[in-house]
Amino acid sequence: MSAEKNGKVKCVIVGSGNIGTDLMIKIFRYSKNLELVMMVGIDPNSDGLARAKRLGIETTYEGIDGFLKRKDLVDQVDIIFEATSAKAHLQNAPIYRELGKVAIDLTPAAIGPYVVPPVNLGAHLDKLNVNLITCGGQATIPMVYAVSRVVPVHYAEIVSSVASKSAGPGTRQNIDEFTQTTAKGLVAIGGARKGKAIIILNPAEPPIIMRNTVYTITDECDPDEVTQSIYSMVDEVKKYVPGYNLKSEPIFDPLDKYPIRIPGYGEFKKGYKVTILLEIEGAGHYLPKYAGNLDIMTSAALRVGELFAEKILSEKTLAK
Amino acid sequence: MSDRKIIINDVTLRDGMHALSHQYEIEDMVQIAKALDEAGVDIIEVTHGDGLAGNAINYGFSKYEEERYISSVAEVLKRAKLDVLLLPGIGTIEDLEKVIDLGVSVVRVATHCTEADIAIQHIEYSKNRGMDVVGFLMMAHMIPPSELVKQAKIMEGAGADCVYVVDSAGAMLPQDVADRVKALKDNLNCQVGFHAHHNLSLGVANSLSAVQNGADRIDASLCGLGAGAGNAPLEVLIAVFDRAGIKTNCDLYKLMDAAEELVRPMMKRKGVEVVIDRDALSLGYAGVYSSFLLHAKRASKRFGVDTRDILLELGRRKMVGGQEDMIVDVAVELAKKKGKEVEIG
Repeated sequence: MSAEKNGKVKCVIVGSGNIGTDLMIKIFRYSKNLELVMMVGIDPNSDGLARAKRLGIETTYEGIDGFLKRKDLVDQVDIIFEATSAKAHLQNAPIYRELGKVAIDLTPAAIGPYVVPPVNLGAHLDKLNVNLITCGGQATIPMVYAVSRVVPVHYAEIVSSVASKSAGPGTRQNIDEFTQTTAKGLVAIGGARKGKAIIILNPAEPPIIMRNTVYTITDECDPDEVTQSIYSMVDEVKKYVPGYNLKSEPIFDPLDKYPIRIPGYGEFKKGYKVTILLEIEGAGHYLPKYAGNLDIMTSAALRVGELFAEKILSEKTLAK
Repeated sequence: MSDRKIIINDVTLRDGMHALSHQYEIEDMVQIAKALDEAGVDIIEVTHGDGLAGNAINYGFSKYEEERYISSVAEVLKRAKLDVLLLPGIGTIEDLEKVIDLGVSVVRVATHCTEADIAIQHIEYSKNRGMDVVGFLMMAHMIPPSELVKQAKIMEGAGADCVYVVDSAGAMLPQDVADRVKALKDNLNCQVGFHAHHNLSLGVANSLSAVQNGADRIDASLCGLGAGAGNAPLEVLIAVFDRAGIKTNCDLYKLMDAAEELVRPMMKRKGVEVVIDRDALSLGYAGVYSSFLLHAKRASKRFGVDTRDILLELGRRKMVGGQEDMIVDVAVELAKKKGKEVEIG
């Protein structure tokens, strides 16, 4: 197989919507190890495909079949980024597996294990399918993890608000999958014992910058220690999403003063409710800067893709 | 008016959840539901104030689990249909599946007035399950009637039997209601409903305007128990409809009795007031989601800023239903502007 003479690993993006197009721009401009050889869409008039053409990247509007027909490209490609919808990825994933390609899944289909770069970036490089949860998950799970690495978290809840304009048809059809997959990620990767996720689309003009609020219910702890852990995690995320910011210092409400009772789960009278208010400004690659939800997802995908590419390249070097 | 009967959809047990900070007793709910059923109310809604799976730090946890409330009410209804509310983004089809067999026959799917397409999968699912399905377009004061029609058509297209104009902020004047209800009636084949909030003291007047412009279904709650300054008070609404010659299946005296003998004593016992105080009035005046009220009052206390300042800033930022987290955000920002530190506790 592939790894061309330019020393890059070839990849395709399936899905030419907001996410796919933003990822395309990032790979095209910044990738060290990846070369995008095809953009796969289903709408001949999509803006994403038009942009791909302008960048000199091959396109198809016949969906995954349009790519599979091109045996030459199929042979060269090692990595497929899925930026369609959860439903589409459930259908496509077995095909990618059959071909032996690495699938980096940007939909909430959640077939493969979850990856959140600052928490477990290198964890699943041996897998053929990894899942990036959701934009809300990428934004908030690092914060839940930052708390849970210091003190047990009984419950984590996140509210993601995104501009209506930044939520394409895939996100809209996937809204249940968004909340369910994000909630599972809060537990599996964030380290909370129970998780709940909420997404809100806000149509305000000018569009709102992506906001995320993270609530955790913790055991008793030293608030300063938790705060420090949160600050250092923010710095980690900033390395690949520079617009990732806290809107205020974390807020600690002592549960002995404000107890929380979750029906069917338990009553919490000790420890803290910690509220973390985040604002995520995007890099403005495809959609304007308000769409931090695109940026955090595609930046994570690029990071994961680079790492897979490095591994593939080193294996190929060894094979020679 | 003609012989047509207006369908009354009670929300005492759902919107009323907000007023009680979701701390309804099962017994109160059952007694009120029985009385509503006997008084001829057509549909009774039971869900967390913010819809199925609304149990959250962001909205407040209810006293008991959702299934318990729903099944307890289902057991006592003889005539009225039982409905549940679902807000996509908060609740999911999975949450609906958990309760749909408990005796539910109406599902109402609510979105912000510009986001109807996120409800398509939930409307289709409910329709396939044989439900009477309602699309619920919240904060409908924020967009003009022509835009609202486009969104309503998405819901009708997905299979909704009725689409509601929802005045979540209690910000509409009777003419605003008339324009929107009429536009929907003129352009849709399905039924049209109206849901009022009483923040500008227009809950009943707006509902009357809705019916005069063709609305088929109207929401109301006993004593107006609901978010903000509450909903159209059901007992008052039926008295007014009676005087206007508008027919319903409701018995006025029985509703008056239920309001007087069940709901008002419960409110007293729980220390709950539903009034147009300066804060509730600010909701209607600034066009802010009524459910924000109690959360904003709490944030006002916690961070030492005026509730009205919080609400007006939320309105200025064009926050929509469900963004309760932004109340703390705004309160913290206002507190900092006043030079206050955010302390622990």
